[in-house]
Formats: sequence, C-alpha cells, structure tokens
Amino acid sequence: MKKNENNIVIEINNLTKSFGSQKVLDGINLQLFDNENLVVLGKSGSGKSVLIKCIVSLLKHDEGSIKVGDYELTDINEDALIEVRKKIGFLFQSAALYDSMTVRENLKFALTRLNETFSETEMNDKIEEALENVGMPNSIDKMPSELSGGMKKRIGLARTLVVNPSIILYDEPTTGLDPITSSEISSLINETQAKFKNSSIIITHDINCVKTVADRIAMIKDGKVYKTGSLEAFMNEDDSYIQSFFK
Amino acid sequence: MPEELHKSNDTFFNKPSFITSLKDRSILFFVDVSNVVAYLNTVLRNLFTKTFEFQEFLKQCYQIGNKSVGLISITGIIVGLVLTIQSRPPLVEFGAVAMLPGMVAISIIREMGPVITALICAGKIGSSMGAELGSMRVTEQIDAMEVSNTNPINFLIIPRVLAATFMIPLLTLYADAIGIFGSWLGINIKDNVSLALFLNQAFSQVEFIDVIPAVIKSFFFGAVIGLVGCYKGFNAGRGTESVGVAANSAVVTASLLLIIVDLIAVQITDLF
Repeated sequence: MKKNENNIVIEINNLTKSFGSQKVLDGINLQLFDNENLVVLGKSGSGKSVLIKCIVSLLKHDEGSIKVGDYELTDINEDALIEVRKKIGFLFQSAALYDSMTVRENLKFALTRLNETFSETEMNDKIEEALENVGMPNSIDKMPSELSGGMKKRIGLARTLVVNPSIILYDEPTTGLDPITSSEISSLINETQAKFKNSSIIITHDINCVKTVADRIAMIKDGKVYKTGSLEAFMNEDDSYIQSFFK
Repeated sequence: MPEELHKSNDTFFNKPSFITSLKDRSILFFVDVSNVVAYLNTVLRNLFTKTFEFQEFLKQCYQIGNKSVGLISITGIIVGLVLTIQSRPPLVEFGAVAMLPGMVAISIIREMGPVITALICAGKIGSSMGAELGSMRVTEQIDAMEVSNTNPINFLIIPRVLAATFMIPLLTLYADAIGIFGSWLGINIKDNVSLALFLNQAFSQVEFIDVIPAVIKSFFFGAVIGLVGCYKGFNAGRGTESVGVAANSAVVTASLLLIIVDLIAVQITDLF
C-alpha cells in the first residue's frame, strides 16, 4: 500500500449541498489520505462534481465541514483560501484551457497567479518541464483550438502540475476520449502520482480508468457515500447496484 | 391529420395576447435592468478594493477600437452623406442652404454620432462580450480562473467595462469627424465647396454646449454596453445554447437601455 493512512489531507464531514429544493449532497463523510488515488464513482447527477467543486470553494457548501490540511473551508477568509488553492490542482472535465491564450500563456497564467516570485527564466523552465511531464513539449506555442481533446486534457494536466500541487482533483479526466487516449490519460495520472507523490480525487465513470488508477473507491448514491473500499472489494461485491458499474 | 390540426389550434388559442406578451417582456426587461444595476454595484466594489489589471484593460481597449473602427467609418460617412442629401432640398427652398453645414454638424455631434456609434458598438462589442464570457462560463474557463486565485470580476469584467466606457467616447468623436467629412462629400455632389469653407461654416454654428453633453453621454453609453455585455455573458447558463442567448440578449437589453439613457440625457441637457 503506497497511501499513508496516518496522514489525512482532506477530511469531509456531514457535507450537504442543495440547489433550490434539490439536495445533491446529503451528509457526505469522506477522507483523502496522503499519497492515494481516491476514485469517486456514482451515477450522472449524483453530485460527484459538486463535491470536488466544494473542496476548492468554487461552490459553497450548506452544512458540514471540509478540512484541507490545517484549513477549515467553512467561513474561510480570502488569504487562507489562496493558501488552500495553492495546495490543490484541478483538472476540469473540458480541460478549461483559456481560448485566447497559447499553451505557454495558459501555464504561465496559472504560475504567476499562484506564485509571483519566479523570474522569467525560472518560469519558462517550469513550463517546459510541465509540458515534458505530460508528453507535450512541442505544443508550447499552439493555441487550444489547434489541439485534440486528448491533447487538451494533457495540457490541462500540465497547467495543474506546473504549480506543484500536493492534491489534484480530476473531474472526469477520460470523458469524451477514445479508449487508447483514455488509457494514456489514466496511465499519466498514475505516473504523475508516482513522480510527484501527490494525493488525488478522481471523478470518473470509466471503469478501465478506475481499474488503472484506484487505490480506493468511494461510491456516491442519493447524496451519501454508499460504500468505500478497495478495487478488489468492489469487484467482489454482490450488491447489484455496485455490480452494475463493474459489468 | 385532424390531430395535427387540433394541436395547431391549441397552440393558436394558448398563444398569449399581444398586450400580455408586451407586459411580460416589459417586466423581464425591468428585472434585467435591476440585475444589471446590482451587477454594477459588484463591479464598483471590486474596482476599488482589488488590484487593477492594466494589461488586460489595454488589450480590451485595442480590441474594442480595432473591432469597431471599420464599421463606424462606413456608417459615419453614410450618415453624413444621407443627412446632407436629405436636408438640402428644404433648405434650398427657404434660401438657407448656407446653414446646411452647421445644421448637419450639430445633428451629428449632438445626436447621430453618439447614438449611432453606441448602437453599432452594442451590436458588435456587446454581443462579442456576451458570447466570449458565455463560452468561458460554459467551458469552465471562469471556474479555472478562480481556482488559479484570479478574481474573474477583476480580470474579465472590470477591464472590459472600463475599456468600453473610455473607448466609446473616442469612437464617437471619430464617428463625428467622419460624419462631418461625409457631409462635405454630400454637399459637393451638387455644389462646389472647399473643405476649409465647409468646416468654417459647420463649426461657426457649433458650441461647447453641443459637444460636452454628447461626450459625457457617450461615456454612459460605453458603460451600459460593457456592463450589459459582461453581465449577460458572465451569468450565462451551463448549456451551449446559453452562449447564443447571452449574446442576443446583451444586444437587445443594451440597445433598449441606450435609448432610455439617451432620453434621460436629452432631458438633462435641455435644462441648461
């Protein structure tokens, strides 16, 4: 086991979040350990993306608590939120590259906004290194419109990695990609973790991706954590709801 | 077939009357306006508390000027020409053709220049802001910006609103100059007047009281265009169709608001 269960990096207790009258998260309890890949599984609309957006305060939760390292996100002040966001990288479902900027500018934007102390040379070195890590060193001066879906995901990951986060949140990293590219992205998630020793929460429906990356799985149903456990435990589970995901 | 007929009859009878539809649309418009005013409050709060994105402001100024200058040149020259050609016959009839340059210049400077420029920019810049920010919202680029510790109001909205506020008056002055030049061309279709004489006749009628209120109201026009375009785009829904809706409603709301602001400005100017 590579994860360190003595060190909790994110702790979520009784988290609730509603949109109007619809309760999307209804008392979520979850922990992310140091150096683990936690896969969050669940049907579409079960609140998986809402959960990770609450972790970076893109959405404010209604009740409960989210603790990232030493910071409690409920009523967090702006300076503390900056520190939290420095720790967390977020790979969006659509990669969310800024259309009006080149790949270099996309990475530079993330770098300057989260850490203003680098010189121009240091920044260029870091950008080149991040692109090297995701296997895209030749795309540095391309515009996002010139990239395929898989390439955008890789650049999105490079933009996440360039700021050296200790936690990475992946929102459906393989959605919309062909099986080969999906498998490459799943392997890249593993390589990233092996190299940078970070902890990750991966939201996905892709069972091949789950099988490649999961150290632990948490399944969400009706706004609650339905079951957590290892991949083996899920594969051997008799529960028909869980089995329907692994068929 | 009868079922289809029944269905179409149903749709016909369920259609709201013109008055109901007008009432609903008016209510929606005023709700929109109140939301824009509330949004202005958010923008102003951020303007005075956060660091100013000067590079982004310059980029937006360039974009607004560069995008609109061609269209404004063509429209300005045509407005000047048309205004001159249409006004000439009655003035000739009253033997007041010498008043033509001054009359056209005052019309352009006071009303035609600011309003036509603003309406063109509402179409060109307002829709572009609505579509660009709407598309950024749909593709989670605004969320990505926030995760990178960048306040999107500060980075995206304030530079756009300020750039529109400062660039529309400049474009208006440019449109005025081009419109007056168009008028000179219009006069030279029938007469032979030198540019120097034309300008002398035109500006002998124009006073500061004609220019200043027009420039001031064009600042407000710019603020309205920027604010409405940004509000619509920033608050676009999550689906791709929201981008089109945001662009379209940015133009409609901004155009209507411009006319209302113009009406208020004319009333205020009339007091002096």
